[in-house]
Amino acid sequence: MLAQSPPYFEHDADIGIIGRGATVEQAFEAAAQAVFGIVTQLDTVQPKTAVTMEFEEADFELALVTWLNLLLGKARELGMVFSRFHMQHHGNHWRAEVLGEKWHPGLERGVEVKGATLTMLSVKQAGTMWEARCIVDV
Amino acid sequence: MNIQLLRQLQPYLWSLPRKSGEERAEVLLYGTEPLLVSMDDKVLEQAANVASLPGLVGASMTMPDAHWGYGFPIGGVAAFDAEQGGVISAGGVGFDISCGIRCLRSNLNLNDAVPYFPKLANILFHVIPAGVGEEGEIKLNPEQLDQVMHNGAHWAVQHGYGNAADLEYIEEHGRVTGAVPDNVSELAKKRQRGEMGTLGSGNHYLEIQVVDRIFDTAAALAFGLHEGQVLISIHCGSRGLGHQIGTDYLLLLAKAASRTGIRLPDRELACAPIKSPEGQQYIGAMNAAINCALANRQILTHLARTAFTEIYPHAELETLFDVSHNTCKAEMHEIDGKPRLLHVHRKGATRAFAPGHPALPERYRAVGQPVVIGGSMGTGSYILAGASGNPAFASASHGAGRAMSRHQALARWKGRALVDELAQQGILIRTRSMRGVAEEAPGAYKDVDLVAEATEQAGLAHRVAFLRPKVCVKG
Repeated sequence: MLAQSPPYFEHDADIGIIGRGATVEQAFEAAAQAVFGIVTQLDTVQPKTAVTMEFEEADFELALVTWLNLLLGKARELGMVFSRFHMQHHGNHWRAEVLGEKWHPGLERGVEVKGATLTMLSVKQAGTMWEARCIVDV
Repeated sequence: MNIQLLRQLQPYLWSLPRKSGEERAEVLLYGTEPLLVSMDDKVLEQAANVASLPGLVGASMTMPDAHWGYGFPIGGVAAFDAEQGGVISAGGVGFDISCGIRCLRSNLNLNDAVPYFPKLANILFHVIPAGVGEEGEIKLNPEQLDQVMHNGAHWAVQHGYGNAADLEYIEEHGRVTGAVPDNVSELAKKRQRGEMGTLGSGNHYLEIQVVDRIFDTAAALAFGLHEGQVLISIHCGSRGLGHQIGTDYLLLLAKAASRTGIRLPDRELACAPIKSPEGQQYIGAMNAAINCALANRQILTHLARTAFTEIYPHAELETLFDVSHNTCKAEMHEIDGKPRLLHVHRKGATRAFAPGHPALPERYRAVGQPVVIGGSMGTGSYILAGASGNPAFASASHGAGRAMSRHQALARWKGRALVDELAQQGILIRTRSMRGVAEEAPGAYKDVDLVAEATEQAGLAHRVAFLRPKVCVKG
């Protein structure tokens, strides 16, 4: 039941995003999907260009916020939108390869996400699933 | 919001009594019972969390348009004294640093202008980069961006975007001091390179409006307003630069709070003592973002003027005022009869200086600072004037305030149908995001009339004019 519920939760002004997966990495990848699902229609984004990114963070919750904000920053810097996310995690080191393409008129314009916040931030294991969530500012 | 939790002090002022053993300053909420009832209980929780921060002066306050934010409530006001261990909070400013409204008055009357609105809407939509992923024509190199961060709207005017008269009617005359571009990360600077002169998305807009009703004739005269007059409002902020500064400093200040022993009831309140190295570093970066926002709205003003003169060759668009509503500013306020320098956080709240304030342009000094309560495409906006005796550190409401979540709005409205419905009402919408229009449906906001009335009755600012929307370029 948990995995079938939508990857968003209610917030007055902004949007709560949820990522779930069998591992913490998969939950982070799903959270990234939820964020970029606000920005555009993800299934129309071609994975033409790969970008790698890495960071150090011991705290899983701060790692989620760091990950999402790194993605948002890179996307804006490069004028891209990302649709596929692959993450690895060893100790405090997080490394990801993400794929997407430059903005073009064929892509649906959703809503800009300004940043991931620390509000309602949680990363936890529930049974066999990991769940990562926070509010993103739009 | 559970109104039973509150104590009514005055018709438009409520307090949240402390629970037994709760150590925090006072929480004051401005508004009517219906407005407060429409707010989420999280507003109370967040306002109470702010009241627990060190060095708070007076009370943690919310304006009549308050709603649940992140860390601080949106519509939250909190002032801190550096000499008493007061803090600066990145969460108390927000990601969109210095988001605000530039209001322009024109020499056009609705009846003369309205036949050309469809063509004007199309040109504005063409010249104003709006929506996610849209970049502007201006590409700044690192040295130029540093100049923007130092000089704000002055940079824009010096480079041909607008005129010197605009600067007189911008807060701090278009440039805040204390900006430190070196405190801004390389990623923040890279994010801004293509985003100067862009509107952004979400609740940002450029709206053509008509003065529908005058409430205060003397103030309207001072502001240069009359019924039937066409105005333009531009709502946007510091774009990618501010968003990244908010991001960078959220984590830095969260760790600073831990280092300095500040207990955070919500990590989003990430803060540091104003006098600490981290606090000073953030203030330098935030001021750089404020200048970036002021420059951005100045460039958009110029772009709007080019569109107008293409349709109306004799159109003149003068800056009525430019006011930010996501800031922390060092200001002098009288506390217990003595002037004190306070750092006033306004998160989704507008500064509203009273008549006679020395920072006001001479033209407005007798009537008070123009305050803009922005609307929501279909309803309307208000121009108010700062009130004498404002009890909230010279602050007032900034918008209608959301009444329902974006998710709920998406479930209730479809963007295309909403655009058609508004067109039937004589309001032309131009947008690249139908999802954005649905999320920003007028019905998703509180009744702006009630917010403006409560703002006046609470003594925060008084109504001068009501503006009805005619064209909206939506981000």
